[in-house]
Amino acid sequence: MKQEGKKAIWSEYQKEIANDKYFYVRSCIRQNFFPGSEVAFLRIMREVLWKDVYEHPCHTTCSGIGYHGDVVPVDTAMTVVARQFALMTEAGYKNYVPSCITSFGLYTEIIEIWHHFPDVEERTRLQLKKATGREFEVPENLAHASDVIYKFRKEIAAKAKYKLVNKNTGEPLKVVDHIGCHYAKMFPSKGVGGAEYPYVLAGMVEEWGGEVIDYPERRHCCGFGFRQYLVQANRGFSVACSKEKFESMKPFKPDMIITNCPGCPMFLDRWQYVINEMEGKRYGKNNEGIPVFTYEEVAGLVLGFDPWDLGLQMHQTDCEPVLQKMGIEYDPDDKYRLDIRKSNQISPDLVNVRTR
Amino acid sequence: MENLYDILLRDVRFEEGLKACMNCGVCTAICPAAEFYNFDPRKIVDLVQSRDNDEIIELLKSDSIWYCGECMSCKTRCPRGNAPGLVIMALRGLSQDMGYFVESEKGRQQLAIKRTIGEWILSTGYCVYLDGISVAMHPEQGPVWEWVQDNKAELLERMGGNYKGDGPGILRKIPDETLDELRKIFEVTGGLKRYEKIEAASRKKAREMDLDLGEGIDNEYFRHIYKTNNGTHTR
Repeated sequence: MKQEGKKAIWSEYQKEIANDKYFYVRSCIRQNFFPGSEVAFLRIMREVLWKDVYEHPCHTTCSGIGYHGDVVPVDTAMTVVARQFALMTEAGYKNYVPSCITSFGLYTEIIEIWHHFPDVEERTRLQLKKATGREFEVPENLAHASDVIYKFRKEIAAKAKYKLVNKNTGEPLKVVDHIGCHYAKMFPSKGVGGAEYPYVLAGMVEEWGGEVIDYPERRHCCGFGFRQYLVQANRGFSVACSKEKFESMKPFKPDMIITNCPGCPMFLDRWQYVINEMEGKRYGKNNEGIPVFTYEEVAGLVLGFDPWDLGLQMHQTDCEPVLQKMGIEYDPDDKYRLDIRKSNQISPDLVNVRTR
Repeated sequence: MENLYDILLRDVRFEEGLKACMNCGVCTAICPAAEFYNFDPRKIVDLVQSRDNDEIIELLKSDSIWYCGECMSCKTRCPRGNAPGLVIMALRGLSQDMGYFVESEKGRQQLAIKRTIGEWILSTGYCVYLDGISVAMHPEQGPVWEWVQDNKAELLERMGGNYKGDGPGILRKIPDETLDELRKIFEVTGGLKRYEKIEAASRKKAREMDLDLGEGIDNEYFRHIYKTNNGTHTR
C-alpha cells in the first residue's frame, strides 16, 4: 500500500537506537506484575543476541509513579533520575535502557528540560552532589527496552520457532498494538514512528508474521491515569478508558493485544476480567477474553520459550487461545506449578555463537 | 500574598507548558479525562492565563485540577505547542504547597497516594511494591492476584526473580545505603517538605471532618479519602 503525507514521513523516520553496551534499569510495576518479561528481555539480549547489558544492584525507582501521582516534586524526580545516570556513568556505560514507559517518558522529559534550561541542570547537579556526592553524564543514547527489541526484530525472526500465524488456517494473527501514552505523545521524535504512526510494536508483529489492526481508538489511553487508578474511588475512569478501547477493537476480531507500557498490559488484562464480572461481557472470539501480552512475552513465545517461564500464568485473561493458534507446545499442568526451578538455560540453537 | 501566577512561573513545567493559549479546544477534544469527567482542560488553561488571583485560588481548591490522568495526549495535539497536562501538574504542586488540596474530595486523595506510593519509594526503593498491593485494596486484580499474593516468594523464585535478595534482579532488596541516598535526595530537593505539607494539611482537615487519622492506611480518614466518590464528578 502506498503511504502518503505524514505517514510516509514518519515511516522513513528512525530514532537512533544503540547497538550494544546497555545500562538496564527495571520497572517497578513490571517487576511486580510481569517479572517473566524482564527475565525474558535479559535472556534474549544476553543469551540469544550476545549483547552486553548491565544492571546495577543499587538502581532504584525513577520515582515516576510518584511524580505523576503528584506527590514527588519535579526537582526531586530530576535528582533521583540524575542518581540513576550517575550509576551509569560510574559503571562506564553511555546507552541507557529503561524497562518502563513511565520512566522512559520521565527521562526524556528531564533531558529535554535540562537541554532548554541549563540552569536547571546545574541545580540538579548541585543537589545530587550535596545529597550523594555523585556526579553524572547525560546518556548518549536513550532507548526504551522495546526499541531495542524492535532494532533486533529481524534477528529474532531468523531464530523463530513459532510465528504469529494461525497454524490451522495459515492466516496471520490479528494483533492490536498499544504503545502507551508516555512512549511518544510527549516527544514524538523519541519514539519509533512518533505518536500518530507508532511502529515500535507493529514492526515486531509484522516481522514475526502477524497483522496489525488499525482501529479507531488505537491511540487512546489504557486508563491508568496514575491517581485515576491508584485511588479506589477513581477507578471508574480507568476501566471506562479500557472499555472504550475494547469496544472499538472488537469489530476487527483481534486474536491478541501486544503492549509496551508497564501498566497497560495489566489494565487491559484485568479490566477485561472486571467488565466480564460486572456486565458478563467478553471481547474476544468464542466468548473468550482477548489475551494481552508484553512485547518480551511475544518475543519469547516466537523464540520458543516455555509460556510458564515467561510468566503467562500471572495473567488474569487466559493466554491459551493464542498458544493453541500458534501451535506452541506447552504442558497445561505446569501452569500453576511452583516447584519448577528455572534452569536459566535456553535451547543451544538460539545462542548466537557467531557474535560471541 | 504573592500573586499565584508569578509562583507558577517559577515551575519549569509551567514555563514549558503554557505559551499563549488561543482557546481552540483541541486539548479538550483529545482528552480522555474530558470524555469521562466534568473536565475541560481548555477552560483551566484559559482561567490560569487570565492571571486572576482569586479565580486561581478557587481553582486550586476545586476538584477540577485532579481529573487529569497526565497521559499528555494534549501535548501531542496542541497547535501552539502547549501542554495543558504540564500546567495541571504545576497547579497540583501549588495546591499542595498552599494546603488548598484538602478543600476538594479529589484533592484530599493526595494523602492516600503519599502514604502508599510516596512511602514505598523511601521505605523500599520501589514506587510499587508487591507486599503493599493487597487483594483487599485491589479487588480488580482478580483471582490470579490472590494466587500471586499467597505464593509470592515461591512464585518469584520460580520466575527467576530475586525477591528481597542481595545483588541485582527482580524485586531485590534495595541496600540501606541506597535508601539513605534516596531520603537525602528527598530532603535536599523538597520531596520530604512536600510530604510534610500533605500530612499537616490532611491532619487539620481530618479534625474538621471529625475523622480519625492515625499512622499508615488503617484509619478512618484514609479509608474515607480512598473510597469516597460523591457521584458528581462525571458527565
